[in-house]
Amino acid sequence: MSAFRRLRNKFVLILLMLSSGTVLAAGGADLMRMEVDLSNQAALQRGAKTFVNYCLGCHAAAYMRYNRMGQDLGISDEVLKSNFMFGTDKVGDTMTIAMRDIDSLRFFGVSPPDLSVTARARGADWLYSYFKTFYVDESRPFGVNNLTFKDVGMPHVLWQLQGMQHLVHKADEAGAHHTPTYEDLKLITPGKQTAEEYDQTVRDLVNFMVYLGEPIKLKRGKIGAWVLLYLFLFMIIAYLLKKEYWRDVH
Amino acid sequence: MADIEKNIIAGLTGLRDWVDARFPLMQNWNEHLAKYYAPKNFNFWYYFGAFALLVFAIQIVTGIWLTMNYKPSAENAFASVEYIMRDVSWGWLIRYMHSTGASAFFIVIYLHMFRALLYGSYKKPRELLWLSGMALYLVIMGEAFFGYLLPWGQMSYWGAQVIISLFGALPIVGDQLSLWIRGDFVVSDVTLNRFFALHVIAFPLLIFGLIGAHILALHKVGSNNPDGVEIKKNKNAEGIPVDGIPFHPYYTVKDIFGVSVFLIFFFAVVFFMPEMNGYFLEHANFVPADPLKTPEHIAPVWYFTPFYSILRAVPSQLGGVIAMGLATNIFLLLPWLDRSPVKSIRYRGWNFRCALIIFVISFLTLGWLGMQAVTPLYTWMARFFSVLYFAFFLGMPFYTAIDNDKIVPDRVQG
Amino acid sequence: MNDKDHNIENSDIKDSHINQGRRRFLTTAATVVGGAGAVAGAVPFIATMTPSEKTKAIGAPVEVDISKLKPGERIIRKWQGKPVWILRRTQEMLADIAAQNEVVSDPNSDASAQPGYAKNEYRAREDEYLVVIGICTHLGCSPNFILKDDDNAPVIDWKGGFSCACHGSRFDLAGRVFKGVPAPTNLVVPPYKYLSPTRLIIGDDSEAV
Repeated sequence: MSAFRRLRNKFVLILLMLSSGTVLAAGGADLMRMEVDLSNQAALQRGAKTFVNYCLGCHAAAYMRYNRMGQDLGISDEVLKSNFMFGTDKVGDTMTIAMRDIDSLRFFGVSPPDLSVTARARGADWLYSYFKTFYVDESRPFGVNNLTFKDVGMPHVLWQLQGMQHLVHKADEAGAHHTPTYEDLKLITPGKQTAEEYDQTVRDLVNFMVYLGEPIKLKRGKIGAWVLLYLFLFMIIAYLLKKEYWRDVH
Repeated sequence: MADIEKNIIAGLTGLRDWVDARFPLMQNWNEHLAKYYAPKNFNFWYYFGAFALLVFAIQIVTGIWLTMNYKPSAENAFASVEYIMRDVSWGWLIRYMHSTGASAFFIVIYLHMFRALLYGSYKKPRELLWLSGMALYLVIMGEAFFGYLLPWGQMSYWGAQVIISLFGALPIVGDQLSLWIRGDFVVSDVTLNRFFALHVIAFPLLIFGLIGAHILALHKVGSNNPDGVEIKKNKNAEGIPVDGIPFHPYYTVKDIFGVSVFLIFFFAVVFFMPEMNGYFLEHANFVPADPLKTPEHIAPVWYFTPFYSILRAVPSQLGGVIAMGLATNIFLLLPWLDRSPVKSIRYRGWNFRCALIIFVISFLTLGWLGMQAVTPLYTWMARFFSVLYFAFFLGMPFYTAIDNDKIVPDRVQG
Repeated sequence: MNDKDHNIENSDIKDSHINQGRRRFLTTAATVVGGAGAVAGAVPFIATMTPSEKTKAIGAPVEVDISKLKPGERIIRKWQGKPVWILRRTQEMLADIAAQNEVVSDPNSDASAQPGYAKNEYRAREDEYLVVIGICTHLGCSPNFILKDDDNAPVIDWKGGFSCACHGSRFDLAGRVFKGVPAPTNLVVPPYKYLSPTRLIIGDDSEAV
């Protein structure tokens, strides 16, 4: 019976959590904003490159095939094999990482999550903010923390590009507890890229991840425009037809 | 040329007669379309029945095609949905049509039901029409609930967990009942498998049968109209209602036009905003189901939120469940709660008009509240509007009985 | 529907000024445009049932290492889910093939399916190695490989080849069908090429650019 009780308690707990008002969607209001633009193929290619170089080492994108990415982003199979694929040589393969039992790790909640649809779950603004708000925090296992994703279990893999930010606490008037904001971050150790270059790298990466979340996004608007055009035409005919028949009634 | 045309027509007529001698083809055609006389004054609100039928057809067809690639197991469900979205040619379109169709179904049905409230379409002699419609509504809610588990995302999982736990709140049988529904101690592969069976076979069959009953009931009593006048009371010498016109061709062409407009909206969503900002496809549902971690903010899909608000508004667990159950089912009593002799809002007094306006505002506000994280203010708002929600029904026998109704004309107007 | 069909009995319906031509034109236009839309709408549903990207990826060309294949030995590899046989033929086997031109029904493979480079006496790029899809051209069973001196030889004077247990079709060591059996044509040769003398790729015969 205890199993049922526990479940029922869990349900009550969920209600309590909701009613306490403390659990708003994480940081909804104060994210940095980023305009998603999937029209620039070169930018998407740059993002893809950053993705396979920096993310795909630990994360998989198990629902995405290399050749689909190649076709969508205008990358030939040869270039795919030489510049984008490291674990496999079959262009039809998905972006998995070798030697890892994703499922069993997922169960323990500590394995790097699959990134195929992360952009759809988190949103572009969140990702953009996340990549830009790592800062040095010696208390963390990897020596870094993140303002967007507190106590994240991931190192700052792009630190060589960005450099290292520190949290510079402003003197609070009240002198009391101060919740750090994005304004408190300051770049102390410069990286290989300037701030503008790093911003561009992150934008490209996020744009790519938005594409990765839904590859058909590149095309569905175009197809949709034709469908709607057709429906407008049909609507006009249907309207005239209705009007014609209803002359009898009116 | 003319000869060929004549021969073709003769051939088709012959075929029709051959079938007709063996199957009541023309009889049904006439009964339900060509000689079904509908009031000539249908307005905008009378499109939504046809739209509901269309959405049902879309759901059935896209659903059949989705099952060709979907895998109903905890292991593979999430992946198979992404497989449909990426690897299956045009799979994304079929999936988005199905997910958009789910929400469209409820939009259309809510407007269809609102029409019935506006013009008193539930009143005598249409009680069974109303009851079959309500049964459809409840079954479709079940259908949507089962279907929402199938993508096996976080919202699917925890939504199902919470809703099934509602049954656990019932005294004595609760725990056993929720265990029976899940078939496991938590929502699991077993639950997914049975929900799949119910979603793709059992409930669609039920819906199909109920739609048949709904239409048969409608064609037995005849359609109501914005004036709430029974057109069957005014017949000409041939026994045809003077204010009626044959459904075909007049309402078929009108519905074809309506459908074309509806499809523009429908496909605009499918192609340009399938997630509808997280209302049709929730963001958290792009994270695979994780039985060990509840998402930070869970809310049911928008069409359940008014009732979810009522559930949360009641401080006691069992009370909340009962209130929610009552809120969804109280519509069934409408034909007997309404004491006014007048059907249409056009000839009703201000009592009913105000009550309906307040009810609609309450319903929408509760729906909005159901999507928000609860704060003390919101809780009190939810309580306030829950009371108004029930007051609409429970007060109806009183305020409709003393309403200042106008005189209903004998014939439909305009 | 026929215009006469909807009997306009209603007092409010006036049929005095019906423009039949316009009505017919609009009905036809709506039918044609609506029908075209319905056909276009059916396309995605039909296309959905074609092989998916996953299926295509699984059916991608397969590389086979033949360096360890001994003369007279056969290996089976899967390509597009079908069994592909690779048989390393001995000189004796090749001689037996040449001797049977009279008893096979399509000795020159005129009526059979194979790439141009395999339309020759031994039905292969290199005489030594036979590459065929191991599916009977009759009704799709996979025949057995039976050597010359095998006790299970299907006929007297069997020179080695493939025999289908389903309906008794027989093929020689070049996959050519014998006369008087149900299978109509020779075994199908898939597209393939040599990446090196000991490495084959099955499913891809594109010339290197």
